[in-house]
Amino acid sequence: MAIEVEGKVLETDEEGYLVNLSDWMPGVAEIMAKDDDLELTDEHWEIINFLREYYEEYQIAPAVRVLTKAVGKKLGKEKGNSKYLYALFPYGPGKQACRFAGLPKPTGCI
Amino acid sequence: MSEEIKNFLYLNRRAPYGTIYAWESLEVVLIGAAFDQKVSLAFVDDGVFQIAKGQDTSGIGMKNFSPTYAALGDYDVHQLFVEKESLEERGLTVDDLMHLTWEDEDEDWAEKDSIQVVSRLELAEIIAAQDVVFSF
Amino acid sequence: MNALHTVNKSPFEKRSFDSCMGHILEGSAVLLYEDGVYAAMKGTAMEGKVKSAQGVRFYVLGPDLKARGVSEERVIDGVEIVDYAGFVDLAAELDKVVAWV
Repeated sequence: MAIEVEGKVLETDEEGYLVNLSDWMPGVAEIMAKDDDLELTDEHWEIINFLREYYEEYQIAPAVRVLTKAVGKKLGKEKGNSKYLYALFPYGPGKQACRFAGLPKPTGCI
Repeated sequence: MSEEIKNFLYLNRRAPYGTIYAWESLEVVLIGAAFDQKVSLAFVDDGVFQIAKGQDTSGIGMKNFSPTYAALGDYDVHQLFVEKESLEERGLTVDDLMHLTWEDEDEDWAEKDSIQVVSRLELAEIIAAQDVVFSF
Repeated sequence: MNALHTVNKSPFEKRSFDSCMGHILEGSAVLLYEDGVYAAMKGTAMEGKVKSAQGVRFYVLGPDLKARGVSEERVIDGVEIVDYAGFVDLAAELDKVVAWV
């Protein structure tokens, strides 16, 4: 599978995750969100960027529970809860947001 | 069935890049940490090399997964036992290891050391006290 | 809690047996199988280590001995030979299994 972003064809796996992390650009998230009927807001970007920073530091996509706790610590309790995160990413903050961020599927997600 | 919390120990005895064991162990730890059990890790024999600092795999075409050990605190893994004798046999001290910490939510996210250097006998007692030991 | 420690690597090639021996407490049991059975042989550098372990029971898996041409007479005195069912019984009897792989 593949997606086309800004004229470039980027390889994705069978679940739609980028095969090469280095292919990522903001347009990837925009195109993937459009396919999911989602309009990306600053709040979405805050989480997407958070995930990319988490990956940069730890080399893993965090499990939802870990993401929730880490968001709460960094961005405040009103954002570090599943209600807030699921409202932003209805297909799951782990799976969907990681996909938009160009990360692999979170370790431990089935 | 009762929902009692059990003690799980992951016993790591192999160096990081020559075989897949170290990475597999870490992945299983991260997956298993979702199950609300008390999880700790032990580094014995060449396993101590897994948490050596300064790893850089850019020249061997493999993923450097050493930064991932720093995420273990987020996964509620707070105890990393490192065997003193295994370090000494390899000419290492705790200063050659990454500084791994966890943050205690109950104490306003106070940073605490995850690594505990223990003697072989202490580790034998730690192993004996576990409910389940996974070997890698 | 008492553990069944298992070793399946040759003590002459890998450190599994020595590591196991360094981490067993009184009351535990050690089962040698696959290439681990070589640690159960008389006249080897391992014999002294097996004999000096106080309060530890040693077992060796018969089919693995047989496969490797190690006759029962060559097994260190005091090491009990078990079959697969015996392996299962030991795993069930002790509180947990610690594998030295």
